[in-house]
Amino acid sequence: MKLMKFAAASALAMTVAGGALAKTDITLAMQLEPPHLDPTSAAAGAIDSVLYSNVFEGLTRFAEDGSIQPGLARSWEISDDGLTYTFTLAEGVTFHDGTAMDSEDVKFSLDRARAEDSANAQKALFDSIASVEAVDAQTVKLTLSEPNGSMLFNLAWGDAVIVAPESIENIKQQPVGTGAFTFEDWVQGDSITLKRNEDYWGEAPALEEVNFKFISDPTAGFAAMMAEDVDVFAGYPAPENIPQFEADPRFQVIVGNTEGETILSTNNKMSPFDNVKVRRAMAHAIDRQAIIDGAMFGLGTPIGTHFAPHHPDYVDLTGMSDYDPEKARALLAEAGFEDGFETTLKLPPPSYARRGGEIIAAQLREVGIETEISNLEWAQWLEQVFKGKDYGLTIVSHTEPFDIGIYARPDYYFQYDSAEFQEMNAALSAESDPEKRSALLEDMQRLIAEDAVNGYLFQLAIPTIAKAGVRGLWENAPTQANDMTGVYWEE
Amino acid sequence: MRASRNLWLGGLLTAVFSLAAVISFAWVPYDVTKLDIGAKLLSPSWAHPLGTDHFGRDILSMIMVGARTSIAVAIVAVGIGMALGVPLGLAAAARKGSLLDEVIMRGNDLIFAFPSLLIAIMITAVFGASAVNAIIAIGIFNIPVFARLVRGAALSLWTRDFVLAARVSGKGPVRISAEHILPNVTNLLIVQGTIQFSLGILAEAALSYVGLGAQPPLPSWGRMLADAQTMFSFKPHLAIFPGLAILLTVLGLNLMGDGLRDLLDPRLRRAQR
Repeated sequence: MKLMKFAAASALAMTVAGGALAKTDITLAMQLEPPHLDPTSAAAGAIDSVLYSNVFEGLTRFAEDGSIQPGLARSWEISDDGLTYTFTLAEGVTFHDGTAMDSEDVKFSLDRARAEDSANAQKALFDSIASVEAVDAQTVKLTLSEPNGSMLFNLAWGDAVIVAPESIENIKQQPVGTGAFTFEDWVQGDSITLKRNEDYWGEAPALEEVNFKFISDPTAGFAAMMAEDVDVFAGYPAPENIPQFEADPRFQVIVGNTEGETILSTNNKMSPFDNVKVRRAMAHAIDRQAIIDGAMFGLGTPIGTHFAPHHPDYVDLTGMSDYDPEKARALLAEAGFEDGFETTLKLPPPSYARRGGEIIAAQLREVGIETEISNLEWAQWLEQVFKGKDYGLTIVSHTEPFDIGIYARPDYYFQYDSAEFQEMNAALSAESDPEKRSALLEDMQRLIAEDAVNGYLFQLAIPTIAKAGVRGLWENAPTQANDMTGVYWEE
Repeated sequence: MRASRNLWLGGLLTAVFSLAAVISFAWVPYDVTKLDIGAKLLSPSWAHPLGTDHFGRDILSMIMVGARTSIAVAIVAVGIGMALGVPLGLAAAARKGSLLDEVIMRGNDLIFAFPSLLIAIMITAVFGASAVNAIIAIGIFNIPVFARLVRGAALSLWTRDFVLAARVSGKGPVRISAEHILPNVTNLLIVQGTIQFSLGILAEAALSYVGLGAQPPLPSWGRMLADAQTMFSFKPHLAIFPGLAILLTVLGLNLMGDGLRDLLDPRLRRAQR
């Protein structure tokens, strides 16, 4: 009898699997695991990669093409002087713990992010907000201290998502948002599981379950993908394997743009990098194309400044720092370093950094600059380099969108302190005329290229490998996110 | 005394790689610190007999310079083990049963009890990854090997008549150890040293493989293997040649160790006759 039952059950299971029902769960691998799950209190992009738009939503949101779409705010009005923003919130939105999402939560979230003691990694986004007022349950009024042309853009960041005072206590382990997926489980060192939010206020996603799997080792990633243990690998770390996936009909390869300016970050307060001639010399010592070919196997666009090439205001300044070792040696000699010098090169785990680091070290050696390479894990890198500023050079990709403003922060880890740039940045914030903004942005790009603040290498491309039947993945990455709400399986 | 086939074959392999390492000081086909991205991932050809790696470096040159790294690390590590282990073993044997003996031998047991590679990883993780720290880590684990070997051999020597004669003539334990015991364990040390040397090369390769050995731009066989991992499926030569280098060197040293034991160990020699 028991056996019969089993046979019947397996027959049923087979019909289900063989039927027309598309798969409703997906396993998406990425290289980095989030340190915790609060996008509003850490710089780690891996948090947004899991939670942005899936679990947490903001007033506005990024669409795949980088444009700003309505999020929890369904509509807004901007006063003529550009100082007052009135947002109308979506109705019937609840957090995953059942509490209602209303204007008080928005006020709480924004006030928390811009508070004096806020741990928000992008506090500058909220600088121009003077006050947040909950007019009624569905209406929020933002009053700015000065006009800010990028306010709607700022509010779309993962750092500006709406959280609830009721669940803020445990947000780092139990994130509670308003998104289309609810947080289910986190097996540290392995995976995070999200389940479909059946009470979602917007359009229900096709997927019922999403597993984010963390595979840091590129070889293990290749094996997992080939064995079909994972369905998607977002930000596939070994570009050298892409031709193999392209040749395999089981897979599709999607190569998209990111907002990641990959730069040779330079400690501008440390000798000899406080000398602009030394920094310019390094800029001329670097052969970008060799780095793109050698470290990324050709994926990536050379950049000459800290700006994304697909952005309309981008200026191609790669000519200002063309590869010219002779000029680099001459500049070093002018700066008083005929015999070169020694410095540290601290590399985080991604292959663009590890491989790029070896190539840059060889290129710098050509002009007499010896680097001592040390490979760091992300936690060490954040501690030593990003927070501790204990480094000479490092390589990292700045994946935040439109983040040239970081150069106006003298306490940022590369410690660039230019009054001229800070003035420009202030002027840009206050400017809402598109043409004047473009002109200002061009000047800003030029200034940091002229000052050779960092070595500008290339715009990171993001290769995503997916099973052939997966549809609706983001091709480009306007912000670090894996928006699963539109993903589905095609039969 | 006739050298065995093992000794010949082992000696030959060892000589080839030692020679490659020595030659690399004076000449290598290509500079291994220069990258030539345009020539990356070339298959073996006349210009590059073993092909090029993902940075366009010549693999033959890298294996030659890598031999230098491996051999240097292993020699110094075995040297540390001998320099500290042998006196400790002699002292423990000279004062058998004393507190000194207990302390030395239990200390050795302590080091032995740890999985050596894990501790080596810990040491390099704490003090930073570099060839020097790899040497120290591997060296520490060579100490108890030599201490035990020497103590065991010395204990049996201490009961022999010529040692007794030396004691009667008024020589102290330090002099007896140095003049009578040590020369009689040298053969054992050479044999064990060869074996430890091959283990040292393996350990260095393992540490470099996980990124804790010699740091770039210094080539190392272990890191060449690690770098080749994602490309192995379409460019097998990247992993085959450094892998073969490790295999043949270790094989050569082990064969040589076996051969030397046959040749030098008095007990075995007597048995063969």
